[in-house]
Order: sequence, then structure tokens, then C-alpha cells
Amino acid sequence: MSTLSPTNSEELCDAIADAARTETRLEIRGGGSKAGFGCERDAIILDMRGFSGVIDYDPPELVLTAYAGTPLAEIEALVASKSQLLAFEPWDHGPLFGNPAGKATIGGVIAAAVAGPRRLTMGSARDHLLGFEAVSGRGERFVAGAKVVKNVTGYDLPKLMAGSWGRIAAMTQLTVKVLPRPRTQATMVIEKLSPLQAHAAMAQAMGSHAEVSAAAYLPAAINDGRALTALRLQGFEPSVEARCALLPDLLRDHGTLRRLDAQEAAELWDAVRVAAPVNDGRPLWRVNVPPSGGCAVVNAVEPLGARWFFDWAGGLIWLSFDGDPAAIRAAAGRAGGHATLVRAPAELRAIVPAQHPRAPGVASLETRVRRAFDPAGIFETGRFLDDAHAN
Amino acid sequence: MSLVMPKPDQSVLDRRAEIIAALQAIVPGEGVISRENELRPYESDGLTAYRQPPMVVVLPETVVQVSRVLRWCHDNTVKVVPRGSGTSLSGGALPLADAVLLGLGKFNRILEIDYADRVAVVQPGVTNLAITRAVEDEGFYYAPDPSSQIACSIGGNVAENSGGVHCLKYGLTTNNVLGVELVMMDGEIVRLGGKQLDPAGLDLLGIIVGSEGLLGVVTEVTVRILPKPETARAVLLGFPTVESGGKCVADVIAEGIIPAGMEMMDRPAIHAAEAFVNVGYPLDVEALLIVELDGPSAECDHLIEEVARIARGNGAITLRVSNDEQERLAFWAGRKAAFPAVGRLAPDYYCMDGTIPRRRLPEVLQRMDEMSKRHGLSVANVFHAGDGNLHPLILYDANQPGQLARAEEFGNDILRLCVEVGGVLTGEHGVGVEKRDLMPVMFTETDLAHQQRVKCAFDPKLLLNPGKVFPTLHRCAELGRMHVHHGQVPFPDLPRF
Repeated sequence: MSTLSPTNSEELCDAIADAARTETRLEIRGGGSKAGFGCERDAIILDMRGFSGVIDYDPPELVLTAYAGTPLAEIEALVASKSQLLAFEPWDHGPLFGNPAGKATIGGVIAAAVAGPRRLTMGSARDHLLGFEAVSGRGERFVAGAKVVKNVTGYDLPKLMAGSWGRIAAMTQLTVKVLPRPRTQATMVIEKLSPLQAHAAMAQAMGSHAEVSAAAYLPAAINDGRALTALRLQGFEPSVEARCALLPDLLRDHGTLRRLDAQEAAELWDAVRVAAPVNDGRPLWRVNVPPSGGCAVVNAVEPLGARWFFDWAGGLIWLSFDGDPAAIRAAAGRAGGHATLVRAPAELRAIVPAQHPRAPGVASLETRVRRAFDPAGIFETGRFLDDAHAN
Repeated sequence: MSLVMPKPDQSVLDRRAEIIAALQAIVPGEGVISRENELRPYESDGLTAYRQPPMVVVLPETVVQVSRVLRWCHDNTVKVVPRGSGTSLSGGALPLADAVLLGLGKFNRILEIDYADRVAVVQPGVTNLAITRAVEDEGFYYAPDPSSQIACSIGGNVAENSGGVHCLKYGLTTNNVLGVELVMMDGEIVRLGGKQLDPAGLDLLGIIVGSEGLLGVVTEVTVRILPKPETARAVLLGFPTVESGGKCVADVIAEGIIPAGMEMMDRPAIHAAEAFVNVGYPLDVEALLIVELDGPSAECDHLIEEVARIARGNGAITLRVSNDEQERLAFWAGRKAAFPAVGRLAPDYYCMDGTIPRRRLPEVLQRMDEMSKRHGLSVANVFHAGDGNLHPLILYDANQPGQLARAEEFGNDILRLCVEVGGVLTGEHGVGVEKRDLMPVMFTETDLAHQQRVKCAFDPKLLLNPGKVFPTLHRCAELGRMHVHHGQVPFPDLPRF
């Protein structure tokens, strides 16, 4: 498979314009950490790692501008050195797909809308991408959004770019919001709850003054027989202590709370973030539903052999499942949500779209919006099995 | 008035009676307003410098009616201007002489409150504050709080991506909306998002929020509701220079504190506010800062101490901590009354809304002062200091010939300055008609064309709210053309394919 490796916007514009002229399909790629997502395809790789490095970072302004191909790890280390973080908790998919860690780029995690447990309260990539510069499928360089935290000038194209999976434009630079790193964290857990009880406990905690930042539930079947409901609290120490103190009384009907020691807590949330508890080699699904719909989904698919856990207070279900994909899609749809096939053998990815099919009106609107940026469809590589190819 | 709106289409004006009859067939009874004196209340929004009575007003009550109105207008090539409560400060709901004004005021019901999932599903005409009122007994609230929240509608908030003084910590509308039902110009109804957090595919909801009524008409909104913070306390800080106040803001954030609100006022604004509400603002300072902390008492107590320490380190000459709710509200009373207070200094004022990188504040105020002298008009500044959103208030008298034009010119100079230092034309009020012609200051023609093609994907006949946001109306066919890039020089270092 051939690769193009432009190192500046002019080269990128030329490469894309050329592809449009010759009706060649391009797969925009950062470190390739998520290359195993979606159907196998045969496109020219547009390697964006030539666009690398931090352009501007002034911590009190709460913004950072970097080239899109900058390694995520480099940006995380830089902001950590100033006691800040990317609050949406992006993470490296490499190991999940059997590749080495450290390849994920900032452009890649934004384009794939990657977020971790704190997405529940702090928002996702879409909420932290403030502006970008990109080259569209027309081979034209353009900018949108801005380099300040508050802006409503023009359409909010950064929202569209986050989660667009390289189907709109090749981002060269992006500006993200950064936030202070919480000074302290604590994790309170309750054991032995059923999924329904866990959902109720998490909902109660989320609606309280405890300001829980993340909430997850590992059922007994995947956690050595001990169902675990975990609530993460973050902030300044006096605040975290006061909020932890609220929880035992608030949740007394559900059982006794226990505080995890720091290392145990860190390991737990790392595991939750990367779906480790259900990473058993089978196809891996990510189901997004209203939190109260989570139990119905797992009730439908657990008897079929699914292993699962809840993040986002029940709004995100990670599932390992080698049964009929239609069962998961149907359960997710009934719960008012959708199911993404994150990892699967190539044969399955060849016939099951990675993304949940949309209602016809929405699907056609999405296509029209993509064509607005990429009229020749050069970024439609077949990865999503939904591209009625260009025109 | 220097604003040029799209020229009314005489052939549409000639069909006015037919258009009214068609609308009456869709929305019966008093839902269609066509008498001249009854159109008058709709002739402007919160940007009252611009007025234009609409051709006709239609006030549908159901989504089916909205869909049929839009489809009829689409099929008959009649323009439509959507309107919520009409509080826009940028002219987003300014009518057109040859357009139907589509009011959503009758969509005023709260459809569902779901505490387990912490969302509320509401119709677009519900006011921002009414959402909080509906959930506050259970200890919840809707976080974005534009200053017009008592009147502005949630549908308008979605169109404008409204902010408020608490948005540094809690986000703008876009960060608090999970789903919408949208009717497109051709009458098609789609649902984007829902009660779940992420979309299945493209984040179309993300571009609807803040699209200023150009992409579709929102008929239902799902918003997140949050537990109301246990307590809130404020610190009032006065500084001898704008620089030291600005440095204090930066240091607060550098210390890891994201206050619920952080507002700054300059000397003219402080004096105007104090003369108006008399809450004891210090008059011997150049910059006044209100820092509000919210959350558990333990957190507020701790952070108040921290903020006080940082302020002292930056030479604050006034430092008062609110001891009770009454005092906290008193600190805010002056800031919240700043616009009317400044309004007492002159017959008219013009409120700007740029955002700048905060570190450039002293320089921006300095240059604004020079501009003020050059234009012969005074200016007072209130500033959402945490996020760099600046609201200069230009004082003028519309009855003095030429003053409105000068005020607009001054305002444009300020916004050009905001962009020059790395900021933007509008932080929360929207582009509308007000900043439309300044868009090329911030965006190239290519940038704008990429935005306008999104419009074409939703509304290819360009019938929905035309004349707003974009300085030039390009037909979609013209925008759709692919231009041959550079003509030649095809990337010599790369392999051919």
C-alpha cells in the first residue's frame, strides 16, 4: 500500500487536489493506532505525522495549539508538566488493536472522538476542540473555530471535525482547550450490587452534591465474582474529602462504601478507560445509551454470552460478544442509543458497519455534509460500509 | 444604517395575499399575523438599531405545522426568518421585507424531566430560566445563564450557542445540549442526538448549535440538567492597574482554579455601576474583579482563601469576601446592572462582544482608549475575564447626526483589534447582521466558502434566514464548483498514483 507523507500544507493541498483529479481515495492517518477500526480498505495512506510539534501553549490561557500529527503522549507530557490535562481523557487505542503504545496522535484522537470515563462530566473531544486548520477534499486550506476558549463566530465546524474519522478534511493544526489537573482524587466503591441497583446508586450519586466525575460498574462475572460500583471524585483536597463524606449517607440503602487506595483506584480507572475488563479477544463493542437504558441492553445480550461493564454511569457499555451483531444493534436501538463495533476479525468488519446505521434522513444529511467538504469523495475509503461512493 | 440586506423580491411581495392564504390554510385561527400594526412588534430583535417589519408572521403550534410551513415556503421559493423570543443582540432574528417570520413562541411546553438521566426535554419557546424553575425543587438547574435568561428562549440559545457568566466552568449551550428535533427548509424532520452522550456518526448536532437559524428550525431540545451547587461565595477585588488585575486572573487559573464566574470591570464601568446601584464598589481602582466560587462549602472556603492570597500577591487594594448570600448578590448587583448603568451616561450605547487572549488585555484596553479619543465617543468595559470575552459599551446619542455611524465604526475597529491580537469577532452574541460584514477580517473567502457549503447541504435554495452571518450570498451551484488547484505544480516529491 503506498503512502504519501506531506510535511507542509502546500504539499498536502497538492496531494489532495491530485487525488481529486485522479479519483484516488486517501485514508488520512496519524499514528495508525486505530487502523484496525472499520472495514479493511485499499486506499493510499495520507500520513499526517509530518505535521508534528506544539505551536503555542500558554497555560493560563487554557489553550494549546499543535500540529495534528503530534503524538498524544508528547502533548499529555507537556500539559502535565504545567499541572494541566486534556479533560476528555483521550487514550491510545494501539494496544487494544495489538499494536505498540505511543503511536496515537492528537489529530487521530480528535478525529475519532476518543474520550475516557470523565467524558460523563467533562465532555468529549468535541467539547475541547476549539479550532483547526485543515485541507478539505477540494485541496483547499481553510480554518474554522479559533484559538480562544469562547467563540461563536461562524459555524462550529470543530464539532463536526471531532469524530469525523478523516471523512471531511485533513487537519493540519488544531487548538484544544486544556484544564487544570485535579490536585487530588478519590474513588469510593460499593460491592455486590445488581446492575439495576448499581444504575440507581450511580444516578443518585450523579444527582448529588458529591460532584462525582466518573461512575463505572463492573458486574461480578467479569470481576472475580465481586460486582463493583466505583465513583471517582476529583478536585482540591478539602473539597474531595467533604464530598467523599457525603456519599456513605447518601447511598446507605445500597450498602457500605469503601475508599480504594490511590494505586488501586488509578489502575481501576485506567482499566475502565481502555475496556480492559472485557478485552478477552472476542469482538469488542461500545454501546452508547441514555444511562437508564443500560440495564435493558445488558439484559438482552448477556444471556447470549456477552461480557460487559458500564462506564458513564450506565450510559456507556463496553461489551465483548461473538454472537449475532444484530442482537446488540437492536438492543442499543431499543434503548434509544447506538452500538459501535470497535474491534473484530476482518471477516466480521467486512460485513458489519463499524458505526450504527442512522435513520435515512440523518444518513443522507451526513452524506451531503461530507460532500460539501469532499465533493469527489476521495476520503471515502469504504471503511464504514456506508459510502454510496462519490456523486 | 449602513447595513445592506438582500434586496426584496418584488415577485414575492406581489404574491403576499396568496402567501398569507397558504399559511392560514396550514396554521388556522390567529396563528397568522398580517396587519401592519400587528407586525410592528416583530420588526427588530435585541439589536434595535435595525428595523424591518416582516411580510407576514406565522406562529405554528405543532411540528407538523412547522414542517408544512417550511415545505410550502420551500416549494414556492419564499424566504423564512425564524425567531424565538427576539432577544438576539446581533440581529439574528431581523426580519426581511419579503420573508415569512416564523415565531416559535407557542412551543412553550416542558415535555419531560428525567432526573435519573439528568436531562430535560423541552420545546424551543421555553425560556432559559423556566428550565431551571422547573427542576429547582429537585435540586437541579440548567447551567448556561445568558443575562437575558428571564426572556430568551432555549431555541434561541441553541441557535446562538449562548453563554453567560458561568460558562468558563459549565460551558456554553453547545456543551449542555444533547439532542434536537430539527425541521429542515424542505420540511423534512430529523432527530439529532438524544439522551445519550455521543452521536453514532457525524456530530451534526454540533453544527446546529450556533448556526444562527440558517440550517433548520429546532422544534425540540434535550438539555442536560445539573445538581445545583451546594453553595456559592464571591470575592470582590480592586486593583490599581488593569495589568495587576489581569495578572491576578491568570494566576488564579495557573493555580488550578476554575471559578464559577470571574468578571472584570474597568474604571468607567465601575463608576457607572456604583452611581447606579450603590453597592460600595471602590472608586479608587482601575480594575474591579468579582470572583465567584461554587460547590461544597469546604471547597468554597478553601478556594476563597487561595484567591485572596493570589490577589494580595498581585497588589489588590480592595479585598472583600461575601459572608452571606445577600452580600454575594450585592457584589454582583453592580456587574449585573452594568449595562443599564452605563446606559444612564448617554442616550444610547452599543454593546460589543469580542474575545481576546487574556494576556493581551492591557494592550487592548490601551488601544481602545486611543480609539475612543479618535472617534470622540466614550467606552466602558465589562469583561468575562476567565474566558477573555470582552463587552465594550460604546456611548453615543442616536439623535446627534452621525453618532450612530461613528459608534458602529468604533465598534468595528474594536472587533478588528480583537482579531488582530488573536481573538474573535463574537464570543457569545453571534454574528447575525451586526458582525456579518466583518467576517472577512477573521476568515478568508475560502474559509467562508467551506462554511457556506454546509449551509447548502441543509438549505440549497438559501431560503432560511438569508442575509445573516455571511457577507456575500453565493449560490450553491457556484460554491460547488471545484477549482483546479494552482493549475499545475502537482507535488513533485511524491509518487504518482
